[in-house]
Amino acid sequence: MPGIGRDWAARVAVGVAGLFAASCSEPGLLDPAGPVARGERTMFVNASVIMAMIIVPIIVLTFYFAWRYSAKNPRGRYTPEWSYSGRLELLVWSIPALVIIFLGGIAWIGSHELEPSRPIRSDVPTLEVQVVSLDWKWLFIYPEQGVASVNYLAIPAGTPVRFRVTSATVMNSFIIPRLGSQIYGMAGMDGKLHLLADEPGRYRGLSAHYSGEGFSEMMFLADAMPRERFAAWVRGTRRTGPVLDGPEYLKLERTAATSKAYTYRAVVPGLYQAALRHSGTPAREQSRSGRED
Amino acid sequence: MAEHSREAAEWSPITGKLAWNSIPWEEPIPLIAAAAVGSVLFGTLIWVWRAGYVPYLWREWITSVDHKRIGIMYCIFALVMLIRGFSDAVLMRTHQDLMYNNGGYLPAEHYDQIFTAHGVIMIFFVAMPFLTGLMNFAVPLQLGVRDVAFPTLNNVSFWLTASGALLVNISLVVGEFAKTGWVVYPPLSELRFSPGVGVDYYLWALQIAGVGTLLAGVNLVTTILKMRAPGMGYTRMPMFCWTSLAANLLIVAAFPILTATMAMLLLDRYLDFHFFTNELGGNAMMFVNLVWAWGHPEVYILVLPVFGIFSEVVSTFSSKPLFGYRSMIVATMVICVLSFMVWLHHFFTMGAGADVNGVFGVTTMIIAVPTGVKVFNWLFTMFRGRIRFTTPMLYSIGFVVTFVIGGASGVLLAIPPVDFVLHNTLFLVAHFHNIVIPAVLFGLFAGYTYWFPKAFGFKLDERWGKRAFWCWIIGFYIAFMPLYVLGLMGMQRRMSAHYVKAWEPWLIVASVGSAIIALGIAAMAVQLYVSIRNRAALRDDTGDPWDGRTLEWMTTSPPPSYNFAVLPDVSHEEAYWSLKEGAREKKRLSDRPDYEPIEMPRNSPTGFITAFFTTVLGFAAVWHIWWLVILGVLGAWATFTIFAWRDHHEFEIPADEVERLDRERREAKAQLLGIPKEATA
Repeated sequence: MPGIGRDWAARVAVGVAGLFAASCSEPGLLDPAGPVARGERTMFVNASVIMAMIIVPIIVLTFYFAWRYSAKNPRGRYTPEWSYSGRLELLVWSIPALVIIFLGGIAWIGSHELEPSRPIRSDVPTLEVQVVSLDWKWLFIYPEQGVASVNYLAIPAGTPVRFRVTSATVMNSFIIPRLGSQIYGMAGMDGKLHLLADEPGRYRGLSAHYSGEGFSEMMFLADAMPRERFAAWVRGTRRTGPVLDGPEYLKLERTAATSKAYTYRAVVPGLYQAALRHSGTPAREQSRSGRED
Repeated sequence: MAEHSREAAEWSPITGKLAWNSIPWEEPIPLIAAAAVGSVLFGTLIWVWRAGYVPYLWREWITSVDHKRIGIMYCIFALVMLIRGFSDAVLMRTHQDLMYNNGGYLPAEHYDQIFTAHGVIMIFFVAMPFLTGLMNFAVPLQLGVRDVAFPTLNNVSFWLTASGALLVNISLVVGEFAKTGWVVYPPLSELRFSPGVGVDYYLWALQIAGVGTLLAGVNLVTTILKMRAPGMGYTRMPMFCWTSLAANLLIVAAFPILTATMAMLLLDRYLDFHFFTNELGGNAMMFVNLVWAWGHPEVYILVLPVFGIFSEVVSTFSSKPLFGYRSMIVATMVICVLSFMVWLHHFFTMGAGADVNGVFGVTTMIIAVPTGVKVFNWLFTMFRGRIRFTTPMLYSIGFVVTFVIGGASGVLLAIPPVDFVLHNTLFLVAHFHNIVIPAVLFGLFAGYTYWFPKAFGFKLDERWGKRAFWCWIIGFYIAFMPLYVLGLMGMQRRMSAHYVKAWEPWLIVASVGSAIIALGIAAMAVQLYVSIRNRAALRDDTGDPWDGRTLEWMTTSPPPSYNFAVLPDVSHEEAYWSLKEGAREKKRLSDRPDYEPIEMPRNSPTGFITAFFTTVLGFAAVWHIWWLVILGVLGAWATFTIFAWRDHHEFEIPADEVERLDRERREAKAQLLGIPKEATA
């Protein structure tokens, strides 16, 4: 492993919180920015309408019966013995059953169409980003580009991105609400999630699963940019910042604190796989065996 | 490795890890709260002692094995804990109002304990004991029997639950509570990430209270299956007994899973096992599966008996039999079975794959079918009825209207792709409160108002009851509808800081809602006070204030310790209603029965003493004070052994005493039904 100086000053220090205040006041599911979130919103709206078709009449009927058959209302008929009707029973079982058959179909088809591990069809080749959740920050590794970043996710707009998500600490869940689905990051597990941002834009990313004291600050900025700008970002990143090697990774993993965003100009190949394999092992053993494999 | 918390204290053989700095002197909120609660508690104790009530309380309540008294104690306990759980909710709401850009007024560490405690207290120490209390009180009466199957065990169950709650409350002052969320997912709850005593408090409290719950479940299942009045076949049991049976079957099946899972986590934390750790082959996914294999049935343990309460209330106040009684039974049992087949929907987002997610999405939705049937059946019970709008009936109508919305949002979350984006957002929080508040809490309040006159011989004040209802329902909508919106806007649960301006107004609206709910709680307190003050005017001498249909209304209010002088003969689905009808038609009561002496179980301090030792055991285990742990185990064991060797366990009530009391009851009934006094003989 070549020893590379740590030029901390060169890190792209971005105040994540400040950026959110400036750029991320947008609603989540209500304003999708990619095909996955759009599909999910459609499903949400469709199912809501179907549900409304059954619950609104029930609510109206409840109020109507309460008014009509009130003891104070002389017009309501009173049948003190009546407690069974085969026809009504049939209706009572079949209405919910039909609605649920319909919605169950939606759920079944939807869970296949929008399965997070399913690649997004596109003419543009997929970009892979490997995500490691740490206490309490996000590490993004770009294996093809050989760079990495913390709490800052640059992605090309219009390009499908394949995220592989794991955790070097407790459970977290990786989500960019406006792009859609989340997937849990868990030690030793290799979660797969495909997302795509239609347009360039800055989106709020965070952990959707509570992970301890620093959880609320465990945010990242997902910066979708035109393809050319992404290429330029990669070139620029390769020129500055430290190298993410074994010891550097261990230092990052062991520091239980939130972090500002910055980038690494190079990353040791196979780091994600090592994190996946070793996340189960206590750090002191990792440091003994090293991370060079 | 990440160190999540402060260094563990030094261990000493005498005091374990306990030290002077275990008390959070630097945090004013828990200390002030504890001081306030402590002085109220202490003041009450002093007053009770000075007024000379201690022997009475000890003899008639603390050691009582009467199912009605134990039921009432459960309910009082739950109402007290409701105030504790609600205070946590208020702290969370106000914190979230203030947290935009600056992290609010509570340190994250404290906030994390509060949302964990809120969940634990509301589920385990409000909803569960309140339900167990109402089931304990009403089920034996409805079945027409004298007590539950195991009366002393019943008392033990109650005190074990109280022991668990006591441990949770001790953690407020001595040490800390878990900072993990109410289902303590590992690896966060493992020693490596939660080295403090918080998770240990949680685990021991749940283990002790869990044993209590399991024993209560065994007790009620046995009672319902084996101890019904003569003639009461399964298809003549009141709906509340059926739903209680279903819920207690679920308790017996599901709580051992919880106990085993928590035992594994205890082994991880105390003896360096690796069931759920990140390292050395542990598998946190296993915990998640197991905890929800208990956790989802738990939802139905809470909801099913309440469905029963609503069935009783709607039928009574519509003055009609329950519509589709048999189909209600089928629906109850279908829910009971299906509740074990949906647990995976709590983690669609953990990457199980399309087929698995799809199957569990569909099974989850299928539960909506029997639930929908129930809703329709309540509606058709109201149809062509003569509806009286008492407080319990208002809660029932409020429940139906609100619950269908919560059910619908649940079906939405059961669609895996919708859950992929809404999981763990405030939409989810809004959804389960939209189930738990109308379908559990409102039902409990309905049951509380409905059975109160049976328990104490006078009704609760209706005016204040209705005020409380309106505050609760309006407060609920204002507090929780904004959370749906916030969820759709991408706000996650359990946040103690945020940077999105657009969320702020919705959070403030939600707080206004919680303030209205606080008024509801205050109105309930006033209701209780006013009712006790006016008890003479609210007195019910008939034992049947609502024109009831089930057997509990046949006996006096409050019922004698043996409930029924002679066990009733059941020949109809609505046992008491058919008797009343018969008496009205024939213009006379049933023949005067031959009275016999009644054998009743003696009171026993076993439960209280056992719970004392389990509290000692739990506290000592949390702080690693091993000599005290041994003392606790020995003490609890010795208490039981001594109980097992008792010589006298029953006492006899002579026949003429029974006859005297029953004559008064029959006279009151005759008056109620407009039958001349001579016909009572």
